[in-house]
Amino acid sequence: MAGWVNLQIAIAHLVHRTRQTLVSVLGVALGVGFFIATSAMMQGSEQDLTNRLVDSQPHVTIKDEFRTPSVQPIFTQFPEGAIELKGVKPRERLRGIKSYKAKVDEIELQPGFVASPVLTGQAIVRFGGKDRSVSILGVDPDKEVLLTTIEDDMIEGSMAALKTVSDGIVIGTGLSRRLQLQVGDLASVVSPTGHVMHMKIAGLFRAGNILLDEGQAYVLLKDAQVLMGKPNIADQIRVRLPDPDMAPQIAEKYEARWAYRSESWQEVNEDFLSLFVVRNAILYSIVSAIMVVASFGIFNIISTVVMEKRRDIAILMSMGFRAGDIRQIFLLQGIALGLIGMLLGWGVGYLLVEALGSLRFELEGFYEDSTLPLDRGFYQYLIGAVFALVSSIVAAWIPAYRASQVRPVEIIRGAA
Amino acid sequence: MNDRRTVIETENVTRILAETVPVTLVRQINFKARAGEFVSITGPSGSGKSSLLYLLGLLDAPTEGRVIVDGEDTSLLDRDELARFRLEHLGFVFQFHFLLPEFSVLENVAIPMRRLGKLSDKETRERAVELLDGLEIGDQAKKFPDQLSGGQRQRVAIARALANQPTIILADEPTGNLDTRNSAIVQDIFVRLAKEQGTTIIAVTHDIEFAEAADRNVHLVDGQIERDGPPVTQSPSGT
Repeated sequence: MAGWVNLQIAIAHLVHRTRQTLVSVLGVALGVGFFIATSAMMQGSEQDLTNRLVDSQPHVTIKDEFRTPSVQPIFTQFPEGAIELKGVKPRERLRGIKSYKAKVDEIELQPGFVASPVLTGQAIVRFGGKDRSVSILGVDPDKEVLLTTIEDDMIEGSMAALKTVSDGIVIGTGLSRRLQLQVGDLASVVSPTGHVMHMKIAGLFRAGNILLDEGQAYVLLKDAQVLMGKPNIADQIRVRLPDPDMAPQIAEKYEARWAYRSESWQEVNEDFLSLFVVRNAILYSIVSAIMVVASFGIFNIISTVVMEKRRDIAILMSMGFRAGDIRQIFLLQGIALGLIGMLLGWGVGYLLVEALGSLRFELEGFYEDSTLPLDRGFYQYLIGAVFALVSSIVAAWIPAYRASQVRPVEIIRGAA
Repeated sequence: MNDRRTVIETENVTRILAETVPVTLVRQINFKARAGEFVSITGPSGSGKSSLLYLLGLLDAPTEGRVIVDGEDTSLLDRDELARFRLEHLGFVFQFHFLLPEFSVLENVAIPMRRLGKLSDKETRERAVELLDGLEIGDQAKKFPDQLSGGQRQRVAIARALANQPTIILADEPTGNLDTRNSAIVQDIFVRLAKEQGTTIIAVTHDIEFAEAADRNVHLVDGQIERDGPPVTQSPSGT
């Protein structure tokens, strides 16, 4: 019962200053609402970008390189010795992953894992007197479509056509525009070693990335091996995992097993992912700033109430209300403002997110004719609520404490 | 009346305000009041009568000495226990009514009962109506303090002071803001409360007529009791 009186008084104080109450509640509501909307956009685009990254790339790539150069025998022989070797020439060795087929089979033994051997190389595509240099990817088309989103990017033909068109090649729209190549045209492809192949355009893709669209071409692995003069060689094994988050551990495992440099998609995109940390830091500082402003609103109204209600506080105390009751009365006001602000803020946030979701953009490239990627997760609402409640309690605490320190005699004596 | 028990007493109570120059508000006060006694405290401005009342009301603590209420030494109680003690044993009436403007008359009277929490909501309302009826303002129960006249507000304040059936009512200039007619009504209420319900009334006043209506008058000068006895009819020089 006793607690109810305090709540009753707290509510009466707020109800009797509707306008100020409304203003401070709106402050909190807008803070929470903007947080939810901004957070939905930030998280949404983060997830969207991550998904695009994860889907468009192999999760783990094993390369025919080593992270640390091999140690000269003399160093292992005399580990304590003061040895300096000058003019060491790297050994000419045939690049490539040894017995890649066995490794691919071994990787694919694990359920859900897809592994594809790839041979990469540079070549020049020549057509109608013009030529451009491209990166050639010799792939297995059936696996490539599982590893990446290339199939979704095809606008003419398909990856599978590589299997049926003899000496087929799939190029990007950028390259086709530059060289005026159409599907079915025969172009000359020249390797650095001078080998020339006449290849038929089997398909066109548009990845939305100029570098890829103008500079990437897919051929069958065996065609690439012929072109590059590297029979039975693959220089990468690309792996797709059932769970992309496992990539770092899996990459580490492969590297420990075969010593070849193995990169997870996280490692490849390290710079990119670290941007998200910065973005989130920015988001939370902006939200904190908004909430600080909103809590000043609460601090302001409760301080004003405390100042104006000093007589009421004095009489309540003389009546037998404890200092703790008085503190509770004003803290409850802060909590009430925070709660109402929070609920309104949820509404504002929801409406903002829906409004943003209804926007449509007609953009070329990465986001084509798309809507804003939004994360409609519940936890944004939760974080917003925590922000609102914590800041309003903190804001109410100071005036509430001051109210509890009122000495009734001073007020009553002063009033008489 | 002398056979009645002592409900409140002070033992050598001194209150000194610790300012840069210490101010002695009251000095070496020994005061007793019995159940059902109506005591008026008079004295010139600054004589310490309000200070004494706040000490008796446990709103202020003495620098020296003890205040004993209902046989309990209040110097041993902490702040929260003092609040509880006030809630259960004491009622206050001030010169200004100090009603809470957000609450109706009925709710104002109900608040101390709700804080004490001994009565149900229904009983609380019934008792509040009963108290207001007893002071002939039952018809104002639904109104808000700013809709009442000064005399009516003071009666609501008295009803509120009586809410938890206190042993002692402490009043600070209860008629200070009232006209003669309303002063007479309040004075009447106090006399009746003391006689009929055995409530001890201790009232600080400037109002000679009011002081004379009491059973006993304590006259303070310079923080000390100058005279303590039945009220004497005197010329208004003492105020």
